[in-house]
Amino acid sequence: MILSQASSPHAKGRMNVSQVMFTVSAATLPGLACLIWFFGWGYLFNVLTAIIFALITETLVMIIRKRPILFYLKDGSAFLTALLLGLALPPFAPWWIAAVGSVFSILFVKHLYGGLGNNPFNPAMAGYALLLISFPVQMTTAWGAPSVMPGHSLPGFFETLQMYLGFAEVVDGYTMATPLDVYKLNIAVQTQAELAMKSEFLAGWLPGWLWVSIAYAIGGVFLIWRGIITWHTPVAVLASLLIMSGLFSWDADIRVPVYLHMLGGATMIGAFFIATDPVSSATSNRGKLIYGAGIGVLTYVIRTFGNYPDAIAFAVLLMNFCAPLIDHYSRPKIYGHEKSVRGYKKEDKA
Amino acid sequence: MAKSYGEITKEGLWSNNAALVQVLGLCPLLAVSGSVVNALGLGIATIIVLVGSNVSVSLIRNYVSDAVRLPAFVMIIASFTTAAELLMQAFTYELYQILGIFIPLIVTNCAILGRAEAFARKTSLVPALWDGLMMGVGFTAVLVLLGAMREITGQGTLFSGMELLFGSIAINWEIVLFENYVNFLFAVLPPGAFVALGLIIALKNAIDNYFKTRAEAKKDKVVAGSKRVRVTGTIS
Repeated sequence: MILSQASSPHAKGRMNVSQVMFTVSAATLPGLACLIWFFGWGYLFNVLTAIIFALITETLVMIIRKRPILFYLKDGSAFLTALLLGLALPPFAPWWIAAVGSVFSILFVKHLYGGLGNNPFNPAMAGYALLLISFPVQMTTAWGAPSVMPGHSLPGFFETLQMYLGFAEVVDGYTMATPLDVYKLNIAVQTQAELAMKSEFLAGWLPGWLWVSIAYAIGGVFLIWRGIITWHTPVAVLASLLIMSGLFSWDADIRVPVYLHMLGGATMIGAFFIATDPVSSATSNRGKLIYGAGIGVLTYVIRTFGNYPDAIAFAVLLMNFCAPLIDHYSRPKIYGHEKSVRGYKKEDKA
Repeated sequence: MAKSYGEITKEGLWSNNAALVQVLGLCPLLAVSGSVVNALGLGIATIIVLVGSNVSVSLIRNYVSDAVRLPAFVMIIASFTTAAELLMQAFTYELYQILGIFIPLIVTNCAILGRAEAFARKTSLVPALWDGLMMGVGFTAVLVLLGAMREITGQGTLFSGMELLFGSIAINWEIVLFENYVNFLFAVLPPGAFVALGLIIALKNAIDNYFKTRAEAKKDKVVAGSKRVRVTGTIS
């Protein structure tokens, strides 16, 4: 009889990487469905383009690095990165936006740092930030107008495809700025009551964005229930953003109000799907709370004082920088030790 | 022990390249290499200053005491930078305006002070001159390569605006590689310079590794059994 001796860790997770990645992907589906329903087929095209280019890039890199191709394609990490990137892009942007972002995410942000598990930054958000910095026109003017707006209808599948591939001009009527952007730009010269008369806000309040946020939140709660993410990061993100906007944006005549901060942008997908990336975020539960709170505060600050329409990507990337430091100062107490070891000690060697 | 001119050349251009190996002078390298003409303009100015400062430092090396050498070096470099700036103002005024603050900032280019400190103050005139020239050319080569990479990816053109440096001969030198190119701002902005420089350094290291492994493969060809020491039996 051979008694095999396996090395630690002996307690394994219930799921392997592939199962985790595809469960997270499945959890984004309600959000994707809502986006397509309210804002058109552009989101589907973005997601598909991003995934195709990500898988091609992953394959090529695996060939160059002489690694098993199928094994790494199957783990679904490139798929999920591309999916999240595709969900974040404006629906009427041309196809090469998704392609460039996807290739950059996989090639530069993931594999140049050593591949899955070694990337200090969230690849999807780094790709998004690259696109936002590089192509500000395409990234800010191609947001869709929701189908529920009075007197507005979405372009059909083939019409959208033609616009997507550049065979037809994007009609101005299909696009509009995001509510966060509209509110922030106009509140400087108008009051809340005047803004409410604008078409974006006229139909009650933008049911499209609201439903998308709800769908993402449902997907996120599903992930918490399945034990894939813990509640710490999303709660910390949402709570800190709520507190910041509650403290400083209570006057809706001056700043973007609380409900728009929470439901009008990428807050929900950011809190549940982006910030919870296990590779680039903090590790311990206490660390996740600090990390999430940092994202919430930075999101509010950048949204309020920055020039870009949304801030989740930049906030997540900035906190990615801090994650190793947070980890260092938030180590939990180890079993058998009297207290936890935190921070750098004199005897530590660099 | 003086270095031969071949060694100085090789070090300046490749094995001790100011930009790729010493990674000095990143400020102008990253900020100004947005196009070939900017890169070349700044590179030439840097060569002038580097050669001038190396020659002067080498000339005064026996008269300036070690205690005050750094201020003396900086004074020399600042004088040559001013001269280069005035020259550019006189002959390439538009380029001078584009490069702006980065011409005076050549003073702070560590590569220049580094060569004065590490090389020129220890050698005689001609090697110092040659070292300054080679270091400068090596730096400029990287700068121009970086400029070309960023110009191609950023604007889809190559050699645009070369007439600013070479006069009216160069007015048709611009090569448009892609028609209707959407400007890739990331490459134009400094972050793109970091990424591009990283790629060039990686390429250099890959080339070095390739030659190293090839040389080792040649060297280690040991005939089977030649190292074994026979202690028993008869040698057949």
